Amino acid sequence: MIELQGLTKRYGEKLAVDGLTCTVRPGIVTGFLGPNGAGKSTTMRMMLDLDRPTHGTVLIDGQHYRQLKDPLRTVGALLDAKAMHGGRSAYNHLLCLAQSNGIPRARVREVLDTVGLTAVAKKRSKGFSLGMGQRLGIAGALLGDPQILMFDEPVNGLDPEGIHWIRNLMKNLAAQGRTVFVSSHLMSEMALTADHLIVIGQGRLLADTSMADFIRQNSRSYVRLRSPEIERLLDVLAGAGITAVTTEDGHLEVDGTESAQLGELAARHKLVLHELSPQQASLEEAFMQLTAESVEYHAHSAPPGGDPRPVAGADAPPDAPPDGGAAPPGGGWGADWRKKKGS
Amino acid sequence: MAVVGQVLQSEWTKIKSVRSTVWTLGLALVVTVALGALISAFTRSNFKEMPLSERVNFDPTFTSFAGMGLGQLAMIVFGVLVVSNEYSTGMIRTSLAAVPQRATFLFSKITVATFTAFVIAMVTSFVSFFVGQAMLGSHRTSIGDAHVLRAVIGGGLYMTLIAVFSMGVAAMLRSPMLSLGILMPFFFIISSILGAVKATKKVAQYLPDQAGHKVMQVVTVGDDAPYGPWGGFAIMVLWVVVALAGGYAVLKRHDA
Repeated sequence: MIELQGLTKRYGEKLAVDGLTCTVRPGIVTGFLGPNGAGKSTTMRMMLDLDRPTHGTVLIDGQHYRQLKDPLRTVGALLDAKAMHGGRSAYNHLLCLAQSNGIPRARVREVLDTVGLTAVAKKRSKGFSLGMGQRLGIAGALLGDPQILMFDEPVNGLDPEGIHWIRNLMKNLAAQGRTVFVSSHLMSEMALTADHLIVIGQGRLLADTSMADFIRQNSRSYVRLRSPEIERLLDVLAGAGITAVTTEDGHLEVDGTESAQLGELAARHKLVLHELSPQQASLEEAFMQLTAESVEYHAHSAPPGGDPRPVAGADAPPDAPPDGGAAPPGGGWGADWRKKKGS
Repeated sequence: MAVVGQVLQSEWTKIKSVRSTVWTLGLALVVTVALGALISAFTRSNFKEMPLSERVNFDPTFTSFAGMGLGQLAMIVFGVLVVSNEYSTGMIRTSLAAVPQRATFLFSKITVATFTAFVIAMVTSFVSFFVGQAMLGSHRTSIGDAHVLRAVIGGGLYMTLIAVFSMGVAAMLRSPMLSLGILMPFFFIISSILGAVKATKKVAQYLPDQAGHKVMQVVTVGDDAPYGPWGGFAIMVLWVVVALAGGYAVLKRHDA
């Protein structure tokens, strides 16, 4: 269990992390999501006592990190795959970490085997690929068999097989009852691994919700219809009590009705359909909306203050509320975004 | 809390598992001994041409240490790399996550590196002395003569402290290039210039290397330094203590 209490980090005038309060619980994978520069790495460094918070504290099972006896046995962290001396062999890199925390030498061989680096154990890590470096960093995190694991962007630089491996590893670690905290800037990655989501933007908490709730609230599903007889189709739908929205490019979009039902309805009235397709708004899009106002480095195609959803018009009616219509109770996630959007 | 014994063991693994340890300390030994031998041999063959005052004040022990001026540069590189490699490679974040008590981390590292440097420095000093005396032929001195053993041990201590001073400076500056860029020219050129110029000589004799040289000398005739061999050594120790305190203050305050 990790508790962040009003965690704040200020660099000169700039607030990198702004009053972050949340809890990371055991037994599940908690995704820590935010655009580049949102303050994810700074937060993780403060959790390990590497950076000193301007205000606030982090408690690991009720203790400060520096109060832990043999911290690697409690918290294992992969912060940066390059946080090692390239001239040292993989084995010696892990050995010096193990010795500093009184971890037996045999454990070094075990974790090298776990991450699949046994064959290159005696090789200097300078010659390692990004993916091998990442695996060595993960071996370092697993070294003390800790109950809490933190991974900062672990899939960076891994090949598809490696990505698959790390996803399963994280799920297995959580299934063993451990606390797994993993950062990413990719919603799609989180959707596959995380059970719980903590979303930050410009250092502030934007959402703290279960993955299931996030999906429920954000994945608006609808059916897209295209027909040469659009007026008659609208009449037929209206006659059946179904509301359809016409998009700018002449499609119809229908919420809350199965595509099979719509197809049968059209067939009964001998209507020609050119398209009948179930659609799902992507989570990536929902994440972009959530963080749009807090993205620090905009690409040129998305000028600040402009519509943050370059492709939204194709999938959603222009007058739809930005979160897809489902207003979460109690101003949960996204409330902040809408507030700012309205101002 | 990290256990000091564990951290010392870990730092020993770190120091012996990188190549720079071997080549810096190896170079310190070889350069110091070889250059000392060369200058001793040269002195022997030119002894008769030397002015009378130099012949009277001739210090065979200190002459055999003539290679230390260059050899100490390798010691500086050793001291700088041992500390600043942590920063330049990013290892510091991994190290401090393993040992969050920064004083334990830094002083364990410096203890292990100092001990390693001490062993090599002592070997260097004794080998330089015996090889140098052999080269000096009839002008040689003996280890049993007055103050000679003290000077040879002093040579080993001097080279050790040069390395430790460099560790402190590297902990303050956190960059290998910056640390080497300041320490190398300072000890190789600037200090000796300041020591040779009359106007700055009074101040220069309190610099760490010039004060530290005193303990390696046997003959001190015509020397107006206001301190003896161990007094000079104490001044050097003071410099080292200040550098280490500064290094710790920086590590304690800075984000890793």
